[in-house]
Amino acid sequence: MELLPTVWFVAIAVLWTGYLFLEGFDLGVGMLMKLFARNNTERRVLLNTVGPVWDGNEVWLLTAAGATFAAFPLWYAALFSALYLPLLIVLVALIFRAVAFEYRGKVDNARWRTVWDWAIAVGSFTASFGIGAALALTTTGLPLDSNGDRQGGAFAWFSGYAVLGGLAVAAFALVHALAFLALKTDGDVRHRARRWFVRLAPVALLPLLAWAVAVQLLSGKPWTWLLVILAVVAAAVAWVLARQGAEGKAFGALGAFLVCATGSIFGAAFPVVIPSTLDPAFNLTVSNASSSAYTLGLMSIVAAVGLPLVIAYQAWTYWVFRRRVSAAHIPAAHGFLPAIAAKVLVGNESPGGTAANHARHNASE
Amino acid sequence: MDALEIARWQFGITTVYHFMMVPLTIGLGLVVAVIQTLWYRTGKVEYLRMTKFWGKLFLINFIMGVATGIVQEFQFGMAWSEYSRFVGDIFGAPLALEALLAFFVESTFLGLWIFGWKQLKRGVHLACLWIAVIGSVFSAYFIIVANSWMQHPVGVQMVNGRPVMTDAWAVFTNNTALVAVPHTLFGALGVAGAFLLGIAWYHLWRRRHDGIDTVGADGRAIAGETNIPGRDKADYKVWIRSLRIGAVVAMISFAGTAFTGDMQGKLMFEQQPMKMAAAEAACHDGTGFSVLSVGNVGSKNCNDIVAVIEVPGILSFLAKGDFTTEVKGVNGLLDVYKAKYGTNLPNDPLYGDRAGQQIQYVPVMEVTYWGFRMMIGFGGIAAFAALLALWVTRKGVVPQSRWIMRLAVFGILAPFGANAAGWIFTEMGRQPFVVAPNPDASGIDQVFMFTAAAVSPGVSAAELITSLVVLSSIYAVLLVVEVRLLVKYVRGGVASAMPELAEAGHGEKNEKKKDGDGGTPGAPGEPGTPDDVLAFAY
Repeated sequence: MELLPTVWFVAIAVLWTGYLFLEGFDLGVGMLMKLFARNNTERRVLLNTVGPVWDGNEVWLLTAAGATFAAFPLWYAALFSALYLPLLIVLVALIFRAVAFEYRGKVDNARWRTVWDWAIAVGSFTASFGIGAALALTTTGLPLDSNGDRQGGAFAWFSGYAVLGGLAVAAFALVHALAFLALKTDGDVRHRARRWFVRLAPVALLPLLAWAVAVQLLSGKPWTWLLVILAVVAAAVAWVLARQGAEGKAFGALGAFLVCATGSIFGAAFPVVIPSTLDPAFNLTVSNASSSAYTLGLMSIVAAVGLPLVIAYQAWTYWVFRRRVSAAHIPAAHGFLPAIAAKVLVGNESPGGTAANHARHNASE
Repeated sequence: MDALEIARWQFGITTVYHFMMVPLTIGLGLVVAVIQTLWYRTGKVEYLRMTKFWGKLFLINFIMGVATGIVQEFQFGMAWSEYSRFVGDIFGAPLALEALLAFFVESTFLGLWIFGWKQLKRGVHLACLWIAVIGSVFSAYFIIVANSWMQHPVGVQMVNGRPVMTDAWAVFTNNTALVAVPHTLFGALGVAGAFLLGIAWYHLWRRRHDGIDTVGADGRAIAGETNIPGRDKADYKVWIRSLRIGAVVAMISFAGTAFTGDMQGKLMFEQQPMKMAAAEAACHDGTGFSVLSVGNVGSKNCNDIVAVIEVPGILSFLAKGDFTTEVKGVNGLLDVYKAKYGTNLPNDPLYGDRAGQQIQYVPVMEVTYWGFRMMIGFGGIAAFAALLALWVTRKGVVPQSRWIMRLAVFGILAPFGANAAGWIFTEMGRQPFVVAPNPDASGIDQVFMFTAAAVSPGVSAAELITSLVVLSSIYAVLLVVEVRLLVKYVRGGVASAMPELAEAGHGEKNEKKKDGDGGTPGAPGEPGTPDDVLAFAY
């Protein structure tokens, strides 16, 4: 009887892990736009490593949220309404980040680019922090009443766990992106990313580990403790491999760290989907928060077909764009050619003049 | 305003805003895919240029649809948690399937299309766009299935006070959805058609204004050359073909929306008779369609409404397909609704301050009445304008009049207006229900939810107003940014989307254009050098 809700709990854990793994590095790359890249060419290298894939990665978030709605409507309703303000901030961050990716290169103007660079960097940090906080709170608890509604006002969700979860995901995304850049770029960016990874990883992976341990202390089981240990081992392996310059393997080991860590967190929380900090009797669990067996069955069939398909064509995308990107690949920015504004017959600017302006633009890049 | 009203305003604003981007994405996506197919088949340079130019505008708009779509999914849980709890068993499934089966496809393959110009073979590259566009059509389908269930719940049974899905096939083939999907898709094509028409008109006008194109003795266009990149003879073909395609698409779309809209209207007269009565401001039973009625603004008392212009028989035709059957008016329907669903909201804390209040079954009549007329009116204006444009430009020239050009550009807004009015009408007309009862199935008749009970109980009005202000301001700013970017790239012409045209230099470009199958430098399928990793974006 509890089989389908359990399957869907696992499916949602997989979707969140997939989201953190995939969008993790493009969120991190977004933050690195301001922290790491030294000039516009390097920023464009960074952007182009994630350019073809970030949008597809973000759909993992939509799917995770949608699957939660479909499979556990009470979980979705309680979590999203309780975290109204933090999720509003996440939405704003995601809106600006998405628009910035697309619009940044559309106007050849330094100020324009700077504005959108900040939108990407701040948006990426804020979104990852907010999503981390939300995920941590769903595993450590919210002040929910018997109906699943938040008690105690707009900020009742705020706790150390929210900060810990936020730091965990933001910091993980940062080092995940460094590992990704080391794998995906060439030249100076590649080597610097590796150096930064080796230096930062030991600190930056701690909050995620701390969150995993905190959930174990609340409701851990032997096998989830084992996963925590495996996560530590994987992190250490990733660090050693990165030092040795085995970038692909290091990236893989870091992925294993993430899978073990989130696996231990979701595993320990199971079967509770949100603990109520007011009364354990109000806990939302896989059985009292789930949809009907009919809906879950239908969703299972579709997911069994759909998810492998998604993984397959997304993998193909990474294969198509498998080449390393480096500063040498970045062509000069195209000056914008205002065909109309040239005002051929009326204007003071001859077409030749426009072309000359255009050339100057390129030279100044 | 209380929490409910704020939440409704927020939902309305974010949805209408999102739905300004979506039709252009769907419609323009389809058009670009067709144009790129034409290029693939014929190798003609103007089709490549059209693909690049319209593709650029498509992408500028696409991203806004993506960014604002996330808000839609989140706000069900954030602002409407009781609604989410009530309908989760049914409503969540199409949303999740939209993400899993449609939006993943759309986002991933669009990424391949944007960046794959040199990485992929021509055919594969074209297939990626088609797959993305088909994904967006499926997106529309799943979202409309979800919405249609709110308009007309099917495939469920009440178990412990909540609807539980019993027949997924019924949910996914809801007749409300099956007519709403083509109606919406045709509406999207109308947006794309007017968009192509207006912008192409502007460029053709500009070419005449600048003396590039002239008119021969027979009244036909003589396309001219300049040494400005992207304003050569091929460019003339770009605009005249775009104009023709746009006009034809706009007219097809109007025929399609009118046909499906008629079917939809007939369904609505059965499924939500009050919505249609309110759309007619028809108080008493009758057969006449009101073109113009007047009454006191804001009046809920429908007796002071006077029909100024009324065409007898048309209402019956819209509702039942003949000219004589009387259609029930608001007054008659009120008694039916009161008998079926009560006169007062239940005394339940779920309803907050509204518990026990009298139920207002008549939606805001000004909104439904004018929403309905604006939808039809704007759609009709756009179609008529498109027909006129085809006639006027039959010899390949646009008139030199600046005002007609401005009308053509301004006309881009008409289908947007029709789309927005249509959604406002259909959503506001459903009130006071968020899930409207289904009168044609006795078992499902009791599956309904009053909007007053749907809002999140734990969320304060202050939180809602914060988000309303924040999201509206961001939307306002981003709308300005998007429109400015679109205007910039429109004025930039084809060269703005194909810098290689400019860089090749004028004479050299003409040479290259003629080689091989007509591909220009930078065409996909040509072996890329390692330096070609970044072909198109950023």
